[in-house]
Amino acid sequence: MTPLFSRRGFLGAAAALTAVLYGAGDVAAQSGDLTIAYNIPVQSWDPTTGPAAVNPVLQSVYLAVFDRFIGQAPDLSFIPGILTEWSFSDDKSTVSMTVRDDAVWHNGTPVTPEDVVWSLQRAANPETGNPMQFVWGKIDNYKIDGNVITADVKEFEPAFFKWMAFLTGFVLPKDYYEEVGAEGFEKAPIGSGPYMVDAFEPGAFVRLKAFPDYWGGAPEYETVTIKFVTDPASRVAEVESGNSDITVNIPYEEYDRLIAKDGLTGEAVPITDIGMIFLNDVDVMLDKNVRLAAHYAIDKQLIIDRLLRGYGVPLATLEAPGYAAFDESITFPYDPEKAKELLAASGYSVDNPVKFTIQTTRGFKPKDYEMIQAIVGMWRKVGIDATIEVYDIAKHYELRATDQLAPAAFYNWGNSIGDPSTATGFSMFGPSPHSVWDSQDLIDKIGPLFSEADEEKRIQGYKDVSAYIAENGYVIPLLQYVMPIVHSDKVKVTPYTSGDLLPQAMTAQ
Amino acid sequence: MFARTLLFRLSTALVTLFGVAVVVFVLVRVAPGNPIAMMLPPGATEEDIARLTALYGFDKSLPEQFVIWLGGVLQGDFGTSITLRQPVDQLVLSRLPATLELSVMALFIALALGGAVAVIGARRRGTGTELGLDLGSAAVLSIPDFLWGLLFVLLFGVLWPVLSISGRIDPRIEFEFATRFYVVEGILRGRFDVVGSTLAHMLMPAMALALPLAAMIAQVLKQNLKEVLRLDYTNLSRVHGFSETAVILRDALQNAALPTLTLVGVQFTFLIGGTVIVERLFAYEGLGNMAIDAVINRDLPLIQGIVLVFAVLFIAINLAVDLSYALLNPRLRNG
Repeated sequence: MTPLFSRRGFLGAAAALTAVLYGAGDVAAQSGDLTIAYNIPVQSWDPTTGPAAVNPVLQSVYLAVFDRFIGQAPDLSFIPGILTEWSFSDDKSTVSMTVRDDAVWHNGTPVTPEDVVWSLQRAANPETGNPMQFVWGKIDNYKIDGNVITADVKEFEPAFFKWMAFLTGFVLPKDYYEEVGAEGFEKAPIGSGPYMVDAFEPGAFVRLKAFPDYWGGAPEYETVTIKFVTDPASRVAEVESGNSDITVNIPYEEYDRLIAKDGLTGEAVPITDIGMIFLNDVDVMLDKNVRLAAHYAIDKQLIIDRLLRGYGVPLATLEAPGYAAFDESITFPYDPEKAKELLAASGYSVDNPVKFTIQTTRGFKPKDYEMIQAIVGMWRKVGIDATIEVYDIAKHYELRATDQLAPAAFYNWGNSIGDPSTATGFSMFGPSPHSVWDSQDLIDKIGPLFSEADEEKRIQGYKDVSAYIAENGYVIPLLQYVMPIVHSDKVKVTPYTSGDLLPQAMTAQ
Repeated sequence: MFARTLLFRLSTALVTLFGVAVVVFVLVRVAPGNPIAMMLPPGATEEDIARLTALYGFDKSLPEQFVIWLGGVLQGDFGTSITLRQPVDQLVLSRLPATLELSVMALFIALALGGAVAVIGARRRGTGTELGLDLGSAAVLSIPDFLWGLLFVLLFGVLWPVLSISGRIDPRIEFEFATRFYVVEGILRGRFDVVGSTLAHMLMPAMALALPLAAMIAQVLKQNLKEVLRLDYTNLSRVHGFSETAVILRDALQNAALPTLTLVGVQFTFLIGGTVIVERLFAYEGLGNMAIDAVINRDLPLIQGIVLVFAVLFIAINLAVDLSYALLNPRLRNG
């Protein structure tokens, strides 16, 4: 019988296969190339419709390909995007917007005011499925004169122009979109941003090529590959092995370990992501003493130091440093004795604790479950016996939208434009589906601020509301998160407070 | 006889599929978390919620939704993914080849490894080698596939970085695929860089999936071999002067392999199920990875489509195993 493989043939084939595989592995970035191991895959290339459009983490990729109406600097300040000027009229009845004349779509055609108007009208059309339709529908009757667009204000929204730098605030190409349709756009998206989509493997990677005609100047890296690596351990391995130059959102322990290694360094800056405990106006939470005691009993700095390795900023309100309505004079000290006094006034003690349930995710945010465990431990020492219920984030959204959350529920609130209406406003205003505390006093205080035309009065109004919320213990703000970015020391990364990781803001060093 | 069996199995498969469709449809809707709540922006009003609910058809009753969905499925329309905004059938079919290639590669590795260990164990039965192989198999079996994956990432991705950690192919390779079967198409079109890169990306996840199955095959096949090697006809071969290895490979293996075939068929379906976690770990763009995203995002049409495809796969594999068993086993073949 003739054997299928001779021993020599088998060894030769094995050696050849080994050589093929060895040579086929991904290699570290070459000059002019950049590889990013990113934590979420792009789900759709329409940044204005569907769930992907309101996913804050996906905005970084969208911002590489598309331009927003208005841009945002690393410190949250607003800068020209496709619009170079924007304003309300003095009586707030009209808006005026000037469109830049040097922006070009990736197919070479110019970005026009018609594109801007079409994008705004499409966003305002309920049938397109833009989740932010409620904002974009507040202006109408557009008129174009040269590069200037004017429109009527149907309902005054003080933060309207800030929304233009926020979720779904992207300009899309009217003619191209109408030519290829929604499905064609998904397959071959074009924008006016610094990078063009060169190749896209859903769930795997997107390869971007620098757009030489970008109005802000071509970005430094010619090719950027963004790999979608959802598992944190795999992202750590990607950057540690040199397969990727940059990764983000890894455990803080790994961040500290990796930046100590040769060839790697990191950035860890506070971002617009707030860890908080929603309190629901039910059961024992109707007792102000219980609410305030629960807040006084939490040593936030200890949690940050012990669980988050020092990466975090303790907060007293839902407005973080850098936000428009941040007020550093509002503080909330750690005071377990005060907590005991308050509980005693309501008849509770360590031997006779007040009992309630606290809900939390596990692994959705860094150390979320562990933080709640620590807080429950702190509470136990003052006379609060809380039971932890773990759920996934989808259940949290559903329960919150139907106002069925437990008396306490951990969550993180993002607000990359730093406006108080999108932080304290919507999270504490009863009629909002995102609000948990629904008392009339807050509705009366926050409601008028949504349409306050005097910006100074509006901001001061939110500061006053924040102080009022703290005095009454309607919510427990915990901390401002820090986003860990690990990268090759050959790359210079500009961190954004908004949490965006923009390849166009990366340079070689 | 064979045709009647085939017809019967196909008709029961259809009933099973319908049952799976009903169960999945109801389960994903009664499970906590709905996709509309997940996409609500900060300032959404009750009207916005109602508008989005109607837009995605969730305002209708459960039976109405089911009838609409089933009607679409019967016409080849599995609906549109809420998050990916593309037809579900296109999405699922675009990812299925990746999972199939990975699963088949894992199966080949498991068969080769498990078979080799079984033959060596049977050849060296009663010695310390057999004991060592048994202990090794038990140890391998006790470690789940995703832990093997993590170990491989550490070993071959970080400490000795010879294999790719994530993805299915090197993003820098330029290649227009006519199908999504990268390995098969790469071979047929003579693009061995594509084949090499795909294999380099598949090797670690395939090994992670294969090892537990390989251990199981090794244990069962070795036991079967040992029993067959006690039979008279193998003694006859020995009397004719064949070496023990030749007796095992030439005479014993075919008979011993039959019971193993059933095990492999059943375990292969579990292996495909295991791709969900392993694909996630290696950011491998298969159906399992997509399934996790679909569940996280409560993308109901996509979940339904993926589960149906998995159900079809499981039924097809079981059917194939039953039929091949019938064909290979002379007693069943002759009725």
